Amino acid sequence: MTVDAGWPLYEVFVRSKRGLNHVHVGSLHAADEQMALLNGRDLYTRRNEGVSIWVVRSDAITASSPDEKDSFFAPSGDKVYRHPTFYTIPDDVPHM
Amino acid sequence: MTATTDLEADFEATVAADKRIEPRDWMPEGYRKTMIRQISQHAHSEIIGMQPEGNWISRAPSLRRKAILLAKVQDEAGHGLYLYSAAETLGVDRADLTMRLITGAQKYSSIFNYPTLTFADVGVIGWLVDGAAICNQVPLCRSSYGPYARAMVRICKEESFHQRQGYELLLTMMRGTAAQREMVQDATNRFWWPSLMMFGPPDTDSPNTAQSMRWRVKRHTNDELRQRFVDMTVPQAEMLGVTLPDPDLRWNAERGAYDFGDVDWAEFKRVVGGDGPCNEQRIANRRRAHERGAWVREAATAHAAKGNSR
Repeated sequence: MTVDAGWPLYEVFVRSKRGLNHVHVGSLHAADEQMALLNGRDLYTRRNEGVSIWVVRSDAITASSPDEKDSFFAPSGDKVYRHPTFYTIPDDVPHM
Repeated sequence: MTATTDLEADFEATVAADKRIEPRDWMPEGYRKTMIRQISQHAHSEIIGMQPEGNWISRAPSLRRKAILLAKVQDEAGHGLYLYSAAETLGVDRADLTMRLITGAQKYSSIFNYPTLTFADVGVIGWLVDGAAICNQVPLCRSSYGPYARAMVRICKEESFHQRQGYELLLTMMRGTAAQREMVQDATNRFWWPSLMMFGPPDTDSPNTAQSMRWRVKRHTNDELRQRFVDMTVPQAEMLGVTLPDPDLRWNAERGAYDFGDVDWAEFKRVVGGDGPCNEQRIANRRRAHERGAWVREAATAHAAKGNSR
């Protein structure tokens, strides 16, 4: 019995409306990009959830490793001066 | 050794803080296995769940009912696919999951092994079966496993339509002829107890519950959810004008909840074990559909290969 046609996995991203970013919604298997788009439409936008879809093969994504999470994101951890709340300004200074 | 302990401590801390575990995080083997089993059995249930109602698509009494039923069955397929997608993030293979379903190696919800004898069953499945599913699934939107929780959010949004269309269908039939009202009562009689079984064995006979609650992949015990479902459903039955087939069902003012009779757990075990009214038929149908689709998959693969070589 042939079960697996060996179709690659695609990650699906949907733009829910103009003005918003595409957001990851899940994945699906398809024989090629065109089929991935059609399947993505049928699977993830049955109720007008999208105006645009991206699909990309899962194996084409490079991700940061969760094992590195501490050191990888550490450079931004100790830079509190990047936030506006770091600075004390008198309450009566207008428009700030 | 210290490394594993650290990883385990990280995992425990993340779960205890009610944060989500994501696919590439380290997780205990037991957690991974539990999630694969839970998500894939849920996916299988959605896929097999297409059959009882699919049985009535061609015989729906109006174009409106047919369109609704088609949309609902399409949703079940969609839910199955969201869930397979979530299961795959744990490192299992889709083809392997399909095999486990069609060889009977893995289970699906026992409720789908009951037949749909009349069109009223379509309404009662929406009302009771999808109602019970919603009760079970809403807390799963907060499962500690991120991809599963996100799939459940999407599914719960769509299930609401399923339950409402069922209840509306039943209201319509109850306004019809005496024969139609009888059909609704009969369907209610047949599906009430199997719906209560959907919450799984009683807490005293559910050895994995404690671990699952600690891992936050389960938020309430089976008996808690079953009670919640009964309390929600009794007033709905009264509004509808049907009787729930349980002589022991009565309001308990002291508990602030309905008392109800004992579920036939022997029947539950029998049906889960493969000896329900439709077990064989459901799996045989699924296997046949899969085999008959083989040429489509092969053709699409060939077409894609041609496209790539151009």
